Amino acid sequence: MLEIRDLHARIGTTEILNGITLSVNAGEVHAIMGPNGSGKSTLAQVLAGRDTYEVTNGSVLYNGKDLLDMDPEERAREGLFLAFQYPVEIPGVSNTYFLKSALNAIRKHRGLDDLDAVEFLQLVKEKMRLVQLDETLLSRPVNEGFSGGEKKRNEIFHMAVLEPKLAILDETDSGLDIDALRIVADGVNKLRRKDNAVIVVTHYQRLLNYIVPDFVHVMVDGHIAKSGGKELALTLEERGYDWLKEDVEPMSVHA
Amino acid sequence: MKTVKAIHQPGEWYKSRFDAFERSLNGDSKTALHELRREAIGRFQETGFPTNRNEEWKFTNVSPIAQIGFEPVLRYAGEGVTLEQLAPLALPGAHRLVFVNGFFSKPLSSTSALPEGIQCGSLASAVRSSHEGVGKYLGKLVKFDETPFVLLNTAFLLDGAFLFIPDNIVLEEPIQFLFLATGDAPALITPRNLVVIGNRSQATIVESYGFTQSRQYLTNVVTEMYLGEGAVVEHDKLQHESTSAYHVAMMQVNLSGHSTLTSNSIALGGSIARNNITTILDGEGIECTLNGLSLGTGSQLIDNHTTIDHAKPHCESHQLYKAILDGSSRGVFNGKIFVRQDAQKTDAKQTNKTLLLSDDATMDTKPQLEIFADDVKCTHGATIGQLDAEQIFYLRSRGIDESKARDILTFAFASDVVRRVHHEALRDRLEILVHERLSGGRAIGD
Repeated sequence: MLEIRDLHARIGTTEILNGITLSVNAGEVHAIMGPNGSGKSTLAQVLAGRDTYEVTNGSVLYNGKDLLDMDPEERAREGLFLAFQYPVEIPGVSNTYFLKSALNAIRKHRGLDDLDAVEFLQLVKEKMRLVQLDETLLSRPVNEGFSGGEKKRNEIFHMAVLEPKLAILDETDSGLDIDALRIVADGVNKLRRKDNAVIVVTHYQRLLNYIVPDFVHVMVDGHIAKSGGKELALTLEERGYDWLKEDVEPMSVHA
Repeated sequence: MKTVKAIHQPGEWYKSRFDAFERSLNGDSKTALHELRREAIGRFQETGFPTNRNEEWKFTNVSPIAQIGFEPVLRYAGEGVTLEQLAPLALPGAHRLVFVNGFFSKPLSSTSALPEGIQCGSLASAVRSSHEGVGKYLGKLVKFDETPFVLLNTAFLLDGAFLFIPDNIVLEEPIQFLFLATGDAPALITPRNLVVIGNRSQATIVESYGFTQSRQYLTNVVTEMYLGEGAVVEHDKLQHESTSAYHVAMMQVNLSGHSTLTSNSIALGGSIARNNITTILDGEGIECTLNGLSLGTGSQLIDNHTTIDHAKPHCESHQLYKAILDGSSRGVFNGKIFVRQDAQKTDAKQTNKTLLLSDDATMDTKPQLEIFADDVKCTHGATIGQLDAEQIFYLRSRGIDESKARDILTFAFASDVVRRVHHEALRDRLEILVHERLSGGRAIGD
């Protein structure tokens, strides 16, 4: 589904991604972990099409197409979804209106008709239950005045409505208490299918207790320093990230 | 279209128009009102139009107005206007006064369902019948020489809207003053409106400006309004003149104790549009809210000047003025707040926000706070910026294309003001107009 080859990206003159290579197949869950500043969120944003980052080398194929050649909206219509680390507040635009515009744009791309008001409301109510989101948040402006937890649940709610093929969750666990974490994780798990894939970007292992990954990758200094199975996350929880950093003598730290 | 006459000495030009007008008056030239007109034209001859050297007109150059020999409209000439032409402007469910080039049209108006005791009609007939409100307030609220435009309006003061609501009347339906500019001559249209709202009475007044064909004309309107004790008034203005025309408005509202004024001013039209609002808070416990939205495109200049004069203690004022400027349009906001020595416990807040949609659009904003009391809360803030890149990306990352994302965000910026209009039919109409303007005709609702 996703083939990232030697991806380099920078912001201004600062190199942030230094050659990422990663394959994600349908049905898989990949976790990307790593210390702050290792480039995890940058990778997520580059995949979603944020133009503040300049891709300087490498390629990304998404279902056989050149992802980097697509506008952000095209990527979304092709089934890519980014749950933001910091969901953006949009004063004056209701959550419903935003979601309906997004859904209908995606449906149009797939050759489907717009949902009518009744069908849309039905769908939305069903999906809200999935993340236990209060219905009053539908008519409120997008994310405005939402609590941290509500913002993150709202992202997963959007994901549930838009039914992406590839979902990238960027630190969706940060700022969530344990109950909210479980609700979010349950929501994500219920959306897992054989034909879709999830990339979970996280700093901590605890989310991975609930969303169990097939693969764990550790990013350090803009590249993947180590990949492994779910047990790698536990090792990281135990040992931290320092032993993976190239510029540190491994033995001197833990001696 | 008739050719536009270029002039060099506006003072002399309008004096000669005034002399011709005076000759046509015969016996009516002896009245007190005509004395006022004569004094006004005399002063205008001295001042002419303001220049950029005048601090009040620093950012707004009215020389294009000064160079055109506009012909003052002196009588009703609305015979050709049909109700169909009014339909896009007329507000459903409202009592309606229609003015064609500033003169009242009885056949186009409908006020029959108004409760007893309310006077609502043409100022000219209120003057003829020597209505008590005219004697007490006409020319008494707005300072005669506030600006040269007030002088020019006063010199040709003939007609306009007159609304007089006695004490203790709550009017549910809005009253619309609908001003239509028509004909192909470069007309000087000088409506004069007088509104008196009695103690504890409530009303919504909608002032709309429209046109039948795009051309150069000057609407130079003065509105005087008096609010009695505990009166509650919403004043909504929709200025939708031709973008070839000029619109200069002066509204002054004198508020008595415990009264509430909410003014929502939406400016879409005009090559140069200048809107002055002055409110005098002359009693305790007054709440004064002034909101504005300017949508500039092409080479339009839209200027809003507000003055809030806190004369007495325990009053609140809130201002939210927003502008969305595209093309090479320009916006001006000047917000004066006076807090007099006596006006302790004043709470005044002023906000001006501008969205620039193009590189060539410009905004000048100037808060002017003069505070003479020591126990007050006064805040002001101004921002000028572009659409937020984070917000655009967020919308796009969910599948919404870039131009629609921009439309959605721009409309949201505007709707912050539009949603403050209480009357639903008017709010709906404003939303459609704003949509149309912002999307250049594309529907962005669906």
